[in-house]
Amino acid sequence: MQQFIFAFLIGGAICVIGQLLMDVFKFTPAHMTVTLVVSGAILGGLGLYEPLIKFAGAGASVPISSFGNSLVKGALTEAERTGLVGVLTGIFEVTSAGISSAIIFAFLASLIFKPKG
Amino acid sequence: MSDKSKKKLTPTQQEYQAFAKRREPKRPVFKNSLKAFLVGGIICTIGQGFQWFYMTFFDFTETTAGNPTVATMIILSVILTSLGVYDHIAQWAGGGTIVPVTGFANTLASAALDHRSEGFVLGVGGNMFKIAGPVITYGVFSAFIIGLIAVALKALGGM
Repeated sequence: MQQFIFAFLIGGAICVIGQLLMDVFKFTPAHMTVTLVVSGAILGGLGLYEPLIKFAGAGASVPISSFGNSLVKGALTEAERTGLVGVLTGIFEVTSAGISSAIIFAFLASLIFKPKG
Repeated sequence: MSDKSKKKLTPTQQEYQAFAKRREPKRPVFKNSLKAFLVGGIICTIGQGFQWFYMTFFDFTETTAGNPTVATMIILSVILTSLGVYDHIAQWAGGGTIVPVTGFANTLASAALDHRSEGFVLGVGGNMFKIAGPVITYGVFSAFIIGLIAVALKALGGM
């Protein structure tokens, strides 16, 4: 139960950071998501994002910043095993599920549905 | 607007810029943040629910449960986008719906749907990543640089 509360609080807080970037610093949504992803990647590289996921669960793994973290994590784990080439081969290892399912279901949706206003 | 581009304007234009700036509606920062917090928090709590479900009823650990959770959230988001519901929520919640991974799926699906009339190859296939592209480009590039730095540090005996 506690995990749900932390997920709500941390997830909400990350969304507020995004909202503030848009409102106060006048970022477009694209600039804002890019900033979050790069921050997530940097935090992942420093090893600070994993503890956050341990603490907040989906509150840290559902926001887009975890995408950056997963990319770095995939690259680093693979680099550990195969050396420098691993950085290239491992980048999409962890995020594959997210990207593939997004592409597949978005394409399926475009086959079935018509745009709604 | 930066100072550099301001200098090129005539005095009348500058006056207008200042006038327009005064008339610009102030963004309700606190209210927007509160909405983003509530909706973003709820989306993450739903994600936590799925994670709990996958960990309890299937053989997933805390770290591996992330994959099916994200995939489920993406399916839901694509369905809601197709029905036109997600964009209504997004209009109200702002960052609360853009930041979670569901917002990423929403940009993919809405771009795919919007460009459907241009054909399935050039329209849907070519435009799907129009809005979601920057996230992938910058994510992959920064991950690559960080990966290189980490490998170099390790080679030097740093880590």
